[in-house]
Amino acid sequence: MAELALRTPTLDKDRVLQWLQKYGVYAGVAVLLVVNIAITPHFLSAENFRTQAVQVAPVIIVALGMALVIGTEGVDLSVGAVMALSASVVALYLGYGLLPALLVVALFAAGVGLANGALVAFIGVQPIVATLALMVGGRGLALVLLPQLEDLRNPTLASLGSGDVLGFPYLILVAAVLALIVAFVVRRTTFGRQLLAIGDSRPAAQLAGLPVRRVLIIVYVVSALLAAVAGVLATARLQASDPTSLGNLMELSAITAVVVGGTPLTGGRVNIAGTVAGAVLIQLLTATLIKHDLPPSWTQIAQAVVIVAAVYAARGRGKR
Amino acid sequence: MTTTHTDAPMTPAPTGPVEKTEQAGPGRADRISALLQQHGALAVLVIVSLVASFSFDTFATGDNITNMATSSAFLAIVALGMTFVIITGGIDLSVGSLFALGGVLAAWGSRHGTLVALLLPLAVCGLIGVVNGLLVARSRLAPFIVTLAAMLGARGLMLALTDEGAETYLVAKGSFLAELGQGTTLGLGNPVWITLGLFVAGAVVLRRTRFGQHVYAVGGNEDAAALMGAPVARTKILVYTLSGLLAGLAGALNAAWLASGVTILGNGMELEAISAVVIGGTLLTGGLGYVSGSLVGVLLLKVIQNVINQIGSLDSSYQQVVSGAFLAVVVIAQTWLGRRRQLM
Repeated sequence: MAELALRTPTLDKDRVLQWLQKYGVYAGVAVLLVVNIAITPHFLSAENFRTQAVQVAPVIIVALGMALVIGTEGVDLSVGAVMALSASVVALYLGYGLLPALLVVALFAAGVGLANGALVAFIGVQPIVATLALMVGGRGLALVLLPQLEDLRNPTLASLGSGDVLGFPYLILVAAVLALIVAFVVRRTTFGRQLLAIGDSRPAAQLAGLPVRRVLIIVYVVSALLAAVAGVLATARLQASDPTSLGNLMELSAITAVVVGGTPLTGGRVNIAGTVAGAVLIQLLTATLIKHDLPPSWTQIAQAVVIVAAVYAARGRGKR
Repeated sequence: MTTTHTDAPMTPAPTGPVEKTEQAGPGRADRISALLQQHGALAVLVIVSLVASFSFDTFATGDNITNMATSSAFLAIVALGMTFVIITGGIDLSVGSLFALGGVLAAWGSRHGTLVALLLPLAVCGLIGVVNGLLVARSRLAPFIVTLAAMLGARGLMLALTDEGAETYLVAKGSFLAELGQGTTLGLGNPVWITLGLFVAGAVVLRRTRFGQHVYAVGGNEDAAALMGAPVARTKILVYTLSGLLAGLAGALNAAWLASGVTILGNGMELEAISAVVIGGTLLTGGLGYVSGSLVGVLLLKVIQNVINQIGSLDSSYQQVVSGAFLAVVVIAQTWLGRRRQLM
């Protein structure tokens, strides 16, 4: 959107907003931690931290892929559907063993990502619509494959969901490793640079001879694969495949985490540490409200306020 | 990297704002593509309906048709508001939540008289629309994220009003509101007539009024519209307000039809509405669109749903697969047609 300098905000306000956009999410996490330690009983326990972290891990994993997509000035609404699809596929192919089942999951997810990427990169469909089609169709396909909840009895899969190393659950470790990898890719690789350049200006990237289409397709495939990882881990934790409700509204949580974390929707910049912190912030906010017996409806309203505040702080600072 | 799929290898930004004024060129191909863009959905609707009525005895019966019409009415009203928003190049993801909120407010308000039952949802949903519009137009935030927040907030508000969804308010039998939703006139349900009236009004507003022209201008090229003196911000605020109002009204009518404010409604309705609008030929990039197309889009979605229900052996989740695939096909066709027209 062109910036018509209708109003020039005072320098102070500008600075405050800049600071908020960069560090607001960490400040928010810190404030919530302090407040909770002060007023929430039993907050400061290893058990509680473990619960919170296990709950937030799938959101972080999905949000990592979403951050990459948003960095290209896109958005991926199909992530929740991909989670559901991977739950269905795992349930269907678990009979052949866990590894073959995971391979088939990866194939399905890559297929969805390829479809998204091809629609966006080759046909030039807007990301919202392209991924909307896959969101509707993907959830439908998940339900066609597995119409109802199915309990899974596979010890390996169960240990994936509930096992730990030195007290750290696998879910958290996987999320942490993936976050490090994605952060490295964004900061230190050619691919990361190309991705940001495309988000900054796709025509310019094209004119500069960057492999725009290839990068876009890879980004959507990666987003779908990460969503599949989250779907498998969530299924493993539930020890049941639930294509009806698994991943519902996950796209919103992921987008919120990314945006709250300081990645502008206008593309060209990606903040991975902020994204992780954004997911944690929302998890803490929800947990705080729930632990003080405030109804879930308040959580949604609070989340809405946080999103608008985050985007407001980021206003006009995305692309220059 | 391959360039096999583009006809213009170095055309920058195929996703960017496309020139969409209706300067129909003289070429025959151009006219055909324009025709397809505008009436493609109608053709498909006719074909699907014909095939369905030959294949299923129960399809073309009076009962089935009136049922389809009534169940289409609510989505159609929401899609009408969405059409305006999308023509300005925006999007409104909050309509599903506003639909549910409107229904709950109408049912709750029906205890205090019909006037409250109708005005309360309109006032609250309209107000949320105004806030959406202000944030989009004045604060220049992305429509997608603003209305996403409104979607969460409105659903939260609805849940807070209904004891976290546990309480369902009922619409009293025999009240004017119930009559409005359940009664029939000339064989068709009242909501159908209201919907038709709204669409006629919407088409007139869009085609024949200054506001309508501003809606197209803002969607076509916002900066140019501003330079021409069109009130860009006001137009945007108005379209989001309109979308909120219509979503609230649709919810209220739906509650009247169901005789209760059901709290689990409206999930995913924003996606259905967007699909209907896009299928109807309105471009998501803004600047080009038809109110009538959105009505056709809604009918097409409902007919497909009905057909899938008629094939008893098919699970209803196939409907989602078909809808998703259909939406993909339509946007591919649209983008292709749009690019053709741009090149002419």
